[in-house]
Amino acid sequence: MRSDRFLLICLLVGGAVFAGAIALGNDYYFFAGYVVLQYVVLSTAWNILGGYCGYVNFGSAAFFALGAYSTIAIHKLYPMPIPVLLIFGGVVSGVVGFAMGYLTLRLRGAFFAIATLALAVVLQTLIVNWDFVGGSRGAYIVRPEAIAPFGSYIRYLFLIMMLLAVGAITVARLIERSRLGYGFATIRDDELAAEASGVPTLRLKLIATTISGALMGMAGAPFPYYISFLQPSSAFSLDYAVNSIAMPLIGGTTSWVGPLIGAVLLGSLQQIATVTISSAVNLLIVGFLLVGFVMVAPNGIVGLFHKYIQHRPVGQVGQVGRRRIAADAPGSVSGPVSGPAP
Amino acid sequence: MIFSFDLFLNAIVSGILIGAFYAAVTAGVSLSFGILDIVNIAHPAFIILGSYIAYIVNVSLGLDPIITSILATPAFYALGAGIYQIYYVSFEKRGQESLRGLAFFFGLLFITEVTLVLYFGVDYRYVEAPYIGPTWHLGDLDIPLRILVPCLVSLLMIAVLQLLLTRTFIGRAIMAVAQDQLALKLLAVDPVRIKRIAFGISIATASLAGAFLIIIQPVEPSVGREYIGRVFAICVLGGMGSLPGTVIAAMLVGIVESLTSTFYGPSWAPAVSFGFLLLTLAVRPAGLLGR
Repeated sequence: MRSDRFLLICLLVGGAVFAGAIALGNDYYFFAGYVVLQYVVLSTAWNILGGYCGYVNFGSAAFFALGAYSTIAIHKLYPMPIPVLLIFGGVVSGVVGFAMGYLTLRLRGAFFAIATLALAVVLQTLIVNWDFVGGSRGAYIVRPEAIAPFGSYIRYLFLIMMLLAVGAITVARLIERSRLGYGFATIRDDELAAEASGVPTLRLKLIATTISGALMGMAGAPFPYYISFLQPSSAFSLDYAVNSIAMPLIGGTTSWVGPLIGAVLLGSLQQIATVTISSAVNLLIVGFLLVGFVMVAPNGIVGLFHKYIQHRPVGQVGQVGRRRIAADAPGSVSGPVSGPAP
Repeated sequence: MIFSFDLFLNAIVSGILIGAFYAAVTAGVSLSFGILDIVNIAHPAFIILGSYIAYIVNVSLGLDPIITSILATPAFYALGAGIYQIYYVSFEKRGQESLRGLAFFFGLLFITEVTLVLYFGVDYRYVEAPYIGPTWHLGDLDIPLRILVPCLVSLLMIAVLQLLLTRTFIGRAIMAVAQDQLALKLLAVDPVRIKRIAFGISIATASLAGAFLIIIQPVEPSVGREYIGRVFAICVLGGMGSLPGTVIAAMLVGIVESLTSTFYGPSWAPAVSFGFLLLTLAVRPAGLLGR
């Protein structure tokens, strides 16, 4: 499927979801749906670096918070419409992503993961000590009650997040099918061999951290308007880090479908559990699902699906299945799901 | 700000004392991450678990937390050995330890923390012991016993660990497994068994470190998080798996943190260890006493 057609279909689906939520007639669905969509963006962004390149980022919350705090900072200087703030948030987080990549991407695997964790705490300390954006006391943003064509403001926020989610998924799918995606896959499978065969690994990794960071920052930019009172502990919450790792791993990391499935399933489940049980229990569910899935279904729901449709055993299913997915281009994995590629 | 010498001296001494405690916290990670290459980011969660066990026994039986923690080491060892077995079967054997192994430990960290929150809530808990409270005064120096006692016991623990690693067969086998698993196999030693033992020992140290932690400061379930970065910073700075290096690095971090919180305020202290870590990783990834 061509990218413009894919984008059109995504937009139609997004529009249908938006219309459906309006038809339900309760603004709660917009509040809950916003969070789910936010996780779609975060997990898709995480997957660009984590799933395609194989670099685990524990600092998703930091990029998200940077986006949110750049909104606060700009709001204090000169209030601007949210789409503009989105761009600012994306630029700030993208620049930080680039800098982080430049500092740490010479590190392999675990060291990179730990460095991202460290970055999150350093940034949180900076924000806590920065009085202009509220410091540890937090900052208020007064959300207007209503906005012209959309009715209530939350519908507007929901729509923005929906467009952002569509954008993120389209970008992820574009990357998957381009030279960039193939380059990322070589890094994930064997970085040394890739480097030796002339793949510019450092440059590719910098591109990945920048795109991934920018998308996370864009996801965070409207957040102050959603929550209307932002404090460092809520913006840097570990929930974002855990969820943006758990969702792609549960959905499947090799294609754009995985994070989408993971975020929609896990995000909705969490919303339901928060309402019906308690918010601590819903985090426990995420923890157990994450551990269970990485142990039992290493390729997530997408992997299970693939195993199911090609259930003729070819040797040992687990090993062979994994190798085949790793060896193929990441794009071809999504083939059976999204229809035949031209 | 007026520079005061005894403030400076006190900051240095308390940094050294706290540093020894940090070394005890890091010793387990030096074993698992430094020697075995298992990125156990859930280690601080096990330390908090140790704190809560010390707390429960202290409240119900009035037993000294350090004695409790020593008695609890076999249970922690078994827990560690069990976790390694799961880790080995699900990840290491399949060669997927990097991404999914990390996520596995991240999940464990989260499960432990949330379970503790569900059982005990987010209130701060503390223990009672005769050495909590009194302070020794040596001239201008103030040495609180609640920090001195854990400091001494943790140095003792690290000395025992170092002897274990260098003088016994198992210890040498643990060092060897880091270097060459195949050679170990050729000597008819099962590397998986050695790694299981080593990981068990690494988790067993968390029991003691947990007791030290709850003696030094009140504990609530999410305290562990701020130790993740510190622990890995010290481990990397100390040169990955070298226990003497760990002690030196831990004291360095302790001193710098203590100076920062004395002269700039405690809200800046968390950034210090992480800044240290970022710098070390960027400039000298081999650490101070790198292998």
